[in-house]
Amino acid sequence: MSKYSMHLLVCGGTSCKSQESDSIAEKLKMEISKQGLQETVQVIMTGCFGLCENGPIVKVMPDNTFYTQVKPEDAEEIVEEHVIKGKRIERLLYTDPETEKHVEDSKRTGFKRKQIRIALRNCGIIDPEVIDEYIARDGYQALGDVLTTKTPEDTIAIMKASGLRGRGGAGFPAGLKWEFALKNEADQKYVVCNADEGDPGAFMDRSILEGDPHSVLEAMAIVGYCIGADMGYVYIRAEYPLAIARLKIAIKQAREYGLLGKDILGSGFNFDIDLKYGAGAFVCGEETALIHSMEGNRGEPTLKPPFPAESGYMGKPTNVNNVETLANVPVILLKGADWFSSIGTETSKGTKVFALAGKINNVGLIEVPMGTTLREVIFEIGGGIKDGKKFKAAQTGGPSGGCLTEKHLDTPIDYENLVANGSMMGSGGLIVMDEDDCMVSIARFYLDFTVEESCGKCAPCRIGNKRLHELLQRICEGKGEESDLVRLRNLGDVIKDTSLCGLGQSSPNPVLSTMENFPEEYLSHVVDKKCPSGVCTDLLEYFIIEENCIGCTACARACPVGCISGERKEPHLINPDTCIKCGACMEKCKFDAVILK
Amino acid sequence: MEKIKTLIDLKKIRDEKLFGLQIREKGEGAENRVQVKVAMATCGIASGAKDTMEFMAEALEKRGIEAVVTKVGCMGYCYAEPTIEVKLPGSEPVVFGGVDREKADEIIEKFIKGGELVDGIIPVNYETIDLKE
Repeated sequence: MSKYSMHLLVCGGTSCKSQESDSIAEKLKMEISKQGLQETVQVIMTGCFGLCENGPIVKVMPDNTFYTQVKPEDAEEIVEEHVIKGKRIERLLYTDPETEKHVEDSKRTGFKRKQIRIALRNCGIIDPEVIDEYIARDGYQALGDVLTTKTPEDTIAIMKASGLRGRGGAGFPAGLKWEFALKNEADQKYVVCNADEGDPGAFMDRSILEGDPHSVLEAMAIVGYCIGADMGYVYIRAEYPLAIARLKIAIKQAREYGLLGKDILGSGFNFDIDLKYGAGAFVCGEETALIHSMEGNRGEPTLKPPFPAESGYMGKPTNVNNVETLANVPVILLKGADWFSSIGTETSKGTKVFALAGKINNVGLIEVPMGTTLREVIFEIGGGIKDGKKFKAAQTGGPSGGCLTEKHLDTPIDYENLVANGSMMGSGGLIVMDEDDCMVSIARFYLDFTVEESCGKCAPCRIGNKRLHELLQRICEGKGEESDLVRLRNLGDVIKDTSLCGLGQSSPNPVLSTMENFPEEYLSHVVDKKCPSGVCTDLLEYFIIEENCIGCTACARACPVGCISGERKEPHLINPDTCIKCGACMEKCKFDAVILK
Repeated sequence: MEKIKTLIDLKKIRDEKLFGLQIREKGEGAENRVQVKVAMATCGIASGAKDTMEFMAEALEKRGIEAVVTKVGCMGYCYAEPTIEVKLPGSEPVVFGGVDREKADEIIEKFIKGGELVDGIIPVNYETIDLKE
């Protein structure tokens, strides 16, 4: 029904655009009109293909030919050879980096994409409020299979062999955790799903719960069967209303089908799930604090051991897994441990979902195999840095993690490498910073958050983080001294070593890692009293650019302290000694002559 | 809803539903049926996906196009919300980003009615897993 028999898709992503993809599209259109084909061939600009390194990209439909590194001068050849004669242009085809062969077809041959969606397999594909759509995509098959053909021990063995590690932060092997809970005998055990996603800038778990709630419910029932629990709770923050609504619908539907409740699939296994709401405290992501909050007590952590697997919710053995960890479980059981462990690195198997945020073009949710490099994530999938600015750092692990810099761009991302580089996997927030970001302010921002979120139970975290924050505040105000840097480091180390729970043990990471990676920036704040990125306003001075100033006197008249001097129609000057940095001059100037520097 | 009592029953339902989905996609009478999926996670809704979905459903009906409009979860393209996926009968689905009412109207008029592509396409940049393998 289309009047067009062929489409030429030209990538209009930011990265390709900066390499003249606009003019490629123009040229293609011109060539097509020249050949009189404008009625049958359409040229269209698309969004990012996620292969920016090989851009600009032109894809020909319907034959799925994928041309990379196209230049405007290639347009004529593409039209004459491919469009008219139907011959592919070998030299422009995508070269597979492993086989070094030209790949013709982006859809059906071994064209390796950077992303593999396992945890996100159903997100954006099925209607999350219709259980049948989940079942049609093999939903609840893993549960059925486990209940009818496998013992809990067998199932745990598969999970251990798969190498799945907790996706909530620390990366504890999931199978091992289940085994502990199984071995602790009790009259009652519990399964808990940790959906208390609290990192600033992270929204992986929310998206899974909103897009595919049944996958989490199914996995919880599987955990229940494995450890011998008949009750599960999803601990979810009340500020995720849509996820809560969809979970409720999912639980209701699963109960109606008998996939939750008594005697599931005739196996004699009983399991039900309920929701527990959190008030949105960051510390409640820590499993002991989470359990106390579920019990109606204050959300404060307690020392481990005893681990929840021994004494958790209501003093009973409890297994706590994160949302993303659980979302992987049904797939692993259907496709096998070998399949799962073939993805990823030596120590970190499978994929990881990241929420890309900050100064990156393609802000969004991605899922990549473990071992993907930061460069691939930021510059290919993420489409590079906004406005063509320079990459400075990426924060992983939120307020508990650290920053990775240019020298880490080619490090494969996995649990061990991130820790070795002073950061951590965390739950998967990845915030990208460019040259305009001040690392001291960034560290202070994260400390702001931790100070607010510290539960106050132990002194190192409650008092130490407050002091760290004050030191950073002083440095940002230009009142810092060189000795403050030593104090920051020492205090940070003490907080890490002596805090009770994971929150305090990791909260100095943003400070320590920015100090490690950007020592010169801290020094210029305390020694030169300058903020190189121009963020800390207390360290900036108002300044008039001579070339832009026409001497209109508007600024001098606006200045409340009379610190601007200059003759009419002559460039003006600000006296930094008397300037109170009110910004009135900058507001009044119509010629962009007043800047902050 | 009747309870599913055995794994065999569950498999039967899966195959029926899958068949149903396939019929929706390929089978009889499907040549006139268009499938539209609207990404309706919090982020999509915050960017106006509800409005887009309402408009799509209403406009398609008013213009006499047989279509199924469903909501789905996050497609991952936060920078391009609201996002929708349109599948014309017998062809690969196409994802469009930044779909407000105006864009939705253009998609209906040009793409759905005429098969002509419009700006705003987001190419698929990930692999999905096949559980049947």
